[in-house]
This record gives sequence, structure tokens and C-alpha cells, in this order.
Amino acid sequence: MTGEGTSRRSFLMRSLALGGAAAFAGTGGSRAAEGGDPAITELKDWNSYLGEGVVARPYGTPSSFEAGVVRRDVPWLTADATSSVSFTPLHDLDGIITPNGLCFERHHAGIAEIPPDEHRLMINGLVDRPLVFTMDDLKRFPRENRVYFLECAANSGMEWRGAQLNGCQFTHGMIHCVMYTGTPLRYLLEEAGVKTAGKWLLAEGADASAMTRSIPMEKALDDCLVAWKMNGEALRPEQGYPVRLVVPGWEGNMWVKWLRRLEVGDQPWEHREETSKYTDLLASGKARKFTWGMEVKSVITNPSPQAPITHGKGRTVVTGLAWSGNGRIDRVDVTLDGGRNWHEARIDGPSLPMALHRFYYDFEWDGSQLLLQSRAVDDRGFVQPTKNELRAARGDNSIYHNNGIQTWLLTADGGLENVEVS
Amino acid sequence: MSKFPEALFLAGLIAAGAAGIVAVSAEEPAGAPLGLGRVATESEVAAWDIDVRPDGQGLPVGSGTVLEGEAIFEMQCASCHGDFGEGRDRWPVLAGGFDTLTRARPEKTIGSYWPYLSTVYDYIHRAMPFGSAQTLGDDEVYALTAYVLYLNDIVTDEDFELSNENFTSIEMPNAGAFVPDDREQEAHYKTGAEPCMVDCKPAPAEITMRAQVLDVTPDSEGAAGGQVD
Repeated sequence: MTGEGTSRRSFLMRSLALGGAAAFAGTGGSRAAEGGDPAITELKDWNSYLGEGVVARPYGTPSSFEAGVVRRDVPWLTADATSSVSFTPLHDLDGIITPNGLCFERHHAGIAEIPPDEHRLMINGLVDRPLVFTMDDLKRFPRENRVYFLECAANSGMEWRGAQLNGCQFTHGMIHCVMYTGTPLRYLLEEAGVKTAGKWLLAEGADASAMTRSIPMEKALDDCLVAWKMNGEALRPEQGYPVRLVVPGWEGNMWVKWLRRLEVGDQPWEHREETSKYTDLLASGKARKFTWGMEVKSVITNPSPQAPITHGKGRTVVTGLAWSGNGRIDRVDVTLDGGRNWHEARIDGPSLPMALHRFYYDFEWDGSQLLLQSRAVDDRGFVQPTKNELRAARGDNSIYHNNGIQTWLLTADGGLENVEVS
Repeated sequence: MSKFPEALFLAGLIAAGAAGIVAVSAEEPAGAPLGLGRVATESEVAAWDIDVRPDGQGLPVGSGTVLEGEAIFEMQCASCHGDFGEGRDRWPVLAGGFDTLTRARPEKTIGSYWPYLSTVYDYIHRAMPFGSAQTLGDDEVYALTAYVLYLNDIVTDEDFELSNENFTSIEMPNAGAFVPDDREQEAHYKTGAEPCMVDCKPAPAEITMRAQVLDVTPDSEGAAGGQVD
């Protein structure tokens, strides 16, 4: 079985590749070889032999044919892999939910591996009763399920000075969107009793960076969650197992992982991650601080530089993602000519506030060179700006909060490239 | 099992009511206190609450001099940050970069950019040295903070001693340069007008920059000097 199976499989792969090449040359559609397509006329291993039984894969993983759908990093971005970032393969995904194993990572001191029995969450500061919770305690609070995007403040940050990285995984992949299960942060705060002077909350992680951010009490009491599940299962270690903070619509840095402490205070702490980092330098030399909200944004994920068009001209699906920290996405427009003329795209799937939205634009590609862009509008009426509009307002050195419109050059051979246009 | 399920159900409801158990389904769950968790002890709070604010709240009693800091820095910090805070390889630069914030390539250091000294103390104490965080004593962190001030010419006397007493008298050069978030005032957001759909540009769009020319995507060599943090 094995030897013959392998050769049959490699023959299949070769014929698939040839079929792709033939279509690429412009004949289009699926072609049958003389006497018929061997994918149909040949008896395949899987038509005849038994596959693996149940629990051969106690925790299932994707098909081996999807082995290329993985997180990737850009080694030159950071000094060390433990304070670094990996990117979600947006070009290979669809819908609005990111699979847990593909959610981008951002650590400042590596992945903390914490036994849940040894994890504690403390609330202290300006409260009536400083408290300590175990994970068992947290799971006795009323629960909520919410779908939110989490976008790193630095997503697209490498593109401030111009087109740099070839692929939406790298230009836009510091984002994921999952369903979180947890308890509203306000329940924990009510349990401790916030004193009237308590206007700010410091959230702190248990990892070796002891990440801290100051959060205004208004947001903490509004929609923040203390979450221990994502997409139905426990948080992944790289996403903060056993518990993380969820700060809907706000920059990912504030979603403190491995959450171990919440301190109530009467003013912000101005810690490293809100002074040295996550402040946005303007052309004037001044810098904005506390730029919490993630602005209206979108990107065409497929086709894109990592996902060229291989079917030749004809019917073509353009798809992408849109999101806004302000709320829902009202509309996404797509252009094929670099922003001269726009067409309303179709949003499909749930439209949830502060979550990813999936859009499609179906068209007939005539094989000519095109300049693809998408432009999102949110339910507060904010329209995604161009990169040049952003640069005119902020200069080139803000690092964070680049929500400018992305352009892909589609060339006649079906390849795509990250470009900027006039 | 019972021949009288409804009766049993009613009896159960009555018992639940008597025990003070109320089933809440469609309503918002009741507010605190739910009686979950326990009171934190003083020693527990002291062990974890190490944060320091710009007004000095959270500073422990202690002190350290520039010279003491230099010796600790050479042992604990210089292998990454360089002997003078200049940063080796791609590790962070801690000193210099004054008057570069409006340049094409600004150098944001503690001296040129950070608004508060408290952040220096807090961050060294909680997160440094990278890979063995929270191993420095309070006096060592005062000494290192004093040395970083010296590297940035904010203090010039190598006998200078930083302590919880004089800490808040130190002003950082860039303290006044941070402004609140005013993004919504930017021109492209202010309009609120319907975006243009047809004939939005006077001429066909032209390509002004190509990532392929830079060629720094993984699988290729070289670095373009972008940064994520």
C-alpha cells in the first residue's frame, strides 16, 4: 500500500500542478486528459483502503496538505524571538473566526507556561476589599461569550514609510478574531468594591515582562472581559493561558495576558508600555499618548502577494477583512483601478461590533493589470483613510495605528505585489 | 420516575425559594458581592504591588549612586545595552538621541523621549535584566536609574545619589511633549462626507513604491529598519 500509494499520490500532485499550469495559460476551467481525468477514472487509495480510526488524532490538526498555513515571523524586525511577533496567515483564511493555533503572537518575555492551580488574580489599590481569586473562583462568576478582533497597535507599522513587506500576512497579520468566554471585568471590580476616587485600573501580567497598562475605569466597567476560553476551548499558552484581559476595540497591547493583578488608582501609571512604547510620534516632535482605539480598517486578503490568481482570467473572487474599534462595519468598497472608481462589496457572515467582518467582491477579470484596494466605513461614519492622508496628518514615524488603505498590484500573469499609488 | 412529575417540580421550586436560590435566566446577573475570592493579605499585596507612578507613589525606601550603578550596569546590562547605553546589535538604545524627534529617523531613548523617571525605575525593577527579571534589589535599581540619568547627561556628577527622597525632583527633558489622543480631529476624519465612488482621481493611479524593490519579506536577505515596538 505505502509504496504504490506514494507514487499514485505524487502522480496526482503532478497532474494537479499541470492542470493548474494549463489553466494559468488561459484556457480556464478544469480540463480532462484524453480518456478522462485520472482524478475520476483512477481508483484512489482513499476510495479503497481504510483510513485511520477514531482517536487516531485525539486532538485533530489540519490536513497535511495545509501544512503551509502557519504563523510566520520576520526575524529582522526584533532583536530576539522572545520579545517579538508572529503573523496570522490571513491570505489562507476565510470567514471571521481565526483558528486558535493560527492567532498571531506578541510576547515581551516569551510564552509563560503557568499551571492553572498556581495562578492567582489579585485586585488591590483603591478598593474596599483587596481580593485574591483562583481560577476556580473566576469560573463561578456569570459568564459571557463575545466575538472581538484583537489587533496589535503596530499592525501595518512597518508600512508607514512605504510598501515594504510582500503579503497581507506580514502587512496586516497582527490581528485575530475569536469568541471569548469569560466574566465581565466589572463583576470582579464590584466584588472588591471600587472606591469613588478609583478612576484608573492597572492590569498586570504574570510573565517575565510583568506587562502593565493603565485603563480608564469607564472602559473597565463598560465592556472588558476577564476571559479563560477562546473559540470554546481554554486559551492557548501563547494567548495568555490560563486567563487574559479582553479590551474590545482597543489596541492589543492592553489585552494583558497571563493576567495576575488589577490595581485601582486615581491616576494613570505612565508605565513603559504607555510612554516609551504605544505612544505615537508626530512630525512636530510631539507624541500622542493613550491612543487606545483601533480605527476603521480593511485589507484584501485574497488575492494578495502570497495568494496569486492561478485560474487565469474570468470569474474571480476578491475577499478580505474589515474591522473597526468603533463598532460595526457598515460598508466596504473595492476598487480595481487604484481608487479612481469604487464598487460596493458584499459583507457576508455575522456583523458584530468590534469584530472582523468578511467581505467579497466577485468580478470578471479580463487579464489586465489592476490596482486592488478596499475601503471600509464603520457605523460611526468613519471612512478608512489613504496612507497619504495619514502621513499628511502624522508624518512617517508614528509606528502604531496605521489603518491606511492597502494597494495590491495585480499583474497580467496573476501575481500580486504590495505597492503604493499616487 | 415519579408518577407526579409536576408536583415534584413544584415542590422543588418551593424548596429552592425557601433556600434563597433564585433562578435568573433572562435578566442581567445580580451584582456583587457574590462572595467569591478571599481577602488578600498585606504580604501578598506587598509581594506583587511593585508599581511606581510619576508622583513617586510606590517607590520603596532606598538609594544608589551613579558609580554604584555603573558597576551593576557593566555586570547586568552592558552585554545587550552597551557600556554607554548605546545598544548592541538590535537591542534597545538607552541614551542619546537628543533633538532627533523631528528628524526622518528619530532616536527615541530614555533621555530623548521618556517623559517620567518613575517609568525607568518601575520597568528595570519589574522586567530587567531580560531573562532574569525581578532579581535586582531596590538599592540596585536606584543605582541603575542614577547611572541611566548620567548616561543621558541629566545628572553630571558621578557621585550623585538617587533616593526615594530626591526622586521626584528629577525632570526628564521630553516630559512636556506628550499630548492626548486627538485623532478624530484629523482632516480625513472630520469631513464625515460620503466617500467618492466614481472618477475620484483626475488621472489614472500611478505606482509610486514597490515592496519588491525593497525585497525584505522573509525568504529574502537584508533588513529595512522597520520596527514593531
